[in-house]
Amino acid sequence: MRKIRFKKWGFEIFGVLLALLYLSPFYIILTNSLKSKRNVLVDTLGWPEEIMMENYFMAWDRMNFMQTFFNSLIITIVSVLVITVFSSMAAWVLVRTKNKTSSVIFYTFVGAMLIPFQAVMLPLVSMMGPNNLNLINTRYGIIFLYLGFGASLSIFLYHGFIKNIPTSLEEAAIIDGCSTWQVFYHIIFPLLKPITVTVAILNSIWIWNDFLLPSLVLQEKSVRTIPLQMQFFFGAFSKDWHLAMAALALSIIPIIIFYIFAQKHIIAGVTAGSGK
Amino acid sequence: MNKVIDKKSFWFFLAPISLTFIIVVIIPFIIGMYYSLTDWSAIPGATTRFIGFENYREIFADAQFRTSFVKTLIYAFYAVMLINIVGFSLALLVTRKLKTSNLLRTAFFMPNLIGGLILGYIWQFVFLEILPYVSELLNTGILGARWLSDPDMALWSMAIVSTWQMGGYIMIIYIAALNSIPKELIEAASLDGAGALQKIRHITFPMVAPAFTVSLFLTLSTSFKMFDVNIALTGGGPARLTELLALGIYNKAFTQANFGEGQAQAAIFFGVIAITTLTQVYFSKRKEVEM
Repeated sequence: MRKIRFKKWGFEIFGVLLALLYLSPFYIILTNSLKSKRNVLVDTLGWPEEIMMENYFMAWDRMNFMQTFFNSLIITIVSVLVITVFSSMAAWVLVRTKNKTSSVIFYTFVGAMLIPFQAVMLPLVSMMGPNNLNLINTRYGIIFLYLGFGASLSIFLYHGFIKNIPTSLEEAAIIDGCSTWQVFYHIIFPLLKPITVTVAILNSIWIWNDFLLPSLVLQEKSVRTIPLQMQFFFGAFSKDWHLAMAALALSIIPIIIFYIFAQKHIIAGVTAGSGK
Repeated sequence: MNKVIDKKSFWFFLAPISLTFIIVVIIPFIIGMYYSLTDWSAIPGATTRFIGFENYREIFADAQFRTSFVKTLIYAFYAVMLINIVGFSLALLVTRKLKTSNLLRTAFFMPNLIGGLILGYIWQFVFLEILPYVSELLNTGILGARWLSDPDMALWSMAIVSTWQMGGYIMIIYIAALNSIPKELIEAASLDGAGALQKIRHITFPMVAPAFTVSLFLTLSTSFKMFDVNIALTGGGPARLTELLALGIYNKAFTQANFGEGQAQAAIFFGVIAITTLTQVYFSKRKEVEM
């Protein structure tokens, strides 16, 4: 008995130490973001000898942080909104309609998951250009692209979930005189809430952090997202680690705050999405 | 057609996302496949000539492409191995019903929310400044390795960063699988006199096999597609020896302005990803049934 308890405490302590080591990069970013340039080079691991909030003011200013944060936020939220609405609509009719057209469409969406972004990147960028669709440097342009790229996985996840919902409810509603849209909006969509959380979280993580696509279609300063602005900042200040760390901290803080509040949903959502 | 969804509403519900999907994914994909057979320059007004498989011939003769290809395979091997070992070990630790289990799970998953570009910058600092500093402090040689300036070490460094990022995600997948093993099964095996190793070999591994398929599939395809950490951590250096396929396509098109060859590389890239993932799923599914 004593041996088992000892072993249990051993794992407990080992786990905590491992977690601290795992999270140590966050400590490194935070402490070094508050040091002077000289302090970073002389004492990389220690606590700052003098708190330099100036680093943050500088990073905030040079990253145009308010505007950049707002761009990331609006692009992520609107993209996730249109992805969840349109992919759940599509998945529902695809599940409920059993014919050849329906399954060909579904498998086209699923099969497209094999297409890496690089395979469509070059033609897409030239299609987005000024003498074509003219969607470069606009927030709605990139939201449109995210809807297209998010479609496959989202429809696949909704499809798997809707398959297990019985049809009796919607049939009864139609007999009671509901329109198809009303059936979807009032009956189906509320039932999809658990999988909607999963779809929303997976797409949010991807879109918020995406770098390559924004770097190709959002070049103008006023529309850049956080990862993109971070790249420009790092390019200019890569030798000034104290400033780079402050900018990195600014980029990470919103995600950490979001994670602290929503971590239960995030982990549950990822768990539900990963089994598919 | 059923009575809830008639033909008209079928297309009405499907149209918004399908049209977007066709414009954003399907059309560029088809055009791209065609462009890989042309001397496309992406310069407005320039004519595009059909040149057959010329681009593909050029690519296979290109030493840089062969290097990228091999380096991608090596990197994928390192990363898939490391991520799965770390993810599975973390899952084993967290499912031991510790008081701190929830806290640990939260901590290990956290880096997964941070994008590859930002992670690459963070770890550039760790590899260039922190580890050499610690190594000097402790007087050990191992941590002071040439993390980013030695080409093979740099591949390991990228794999370490990816493990930090994806380990928590893969852990979540394995946790779900480990929790689904019925307790009675393990108790019965213990009563029959099975040792710890036997239980892992005959109960845990077979029960976790489906999760292993999913994890392998995920880590393999993300490793092949690796771009963000690559560009932020090593930028393909030293001497383009860590330039993986995705970054290679990017450089071919945007640095060397050779869109036709870039597109041909992208077509090969697509083929490699499609074949490996399909093969991997096929074999893993077959193995699961056998067990």
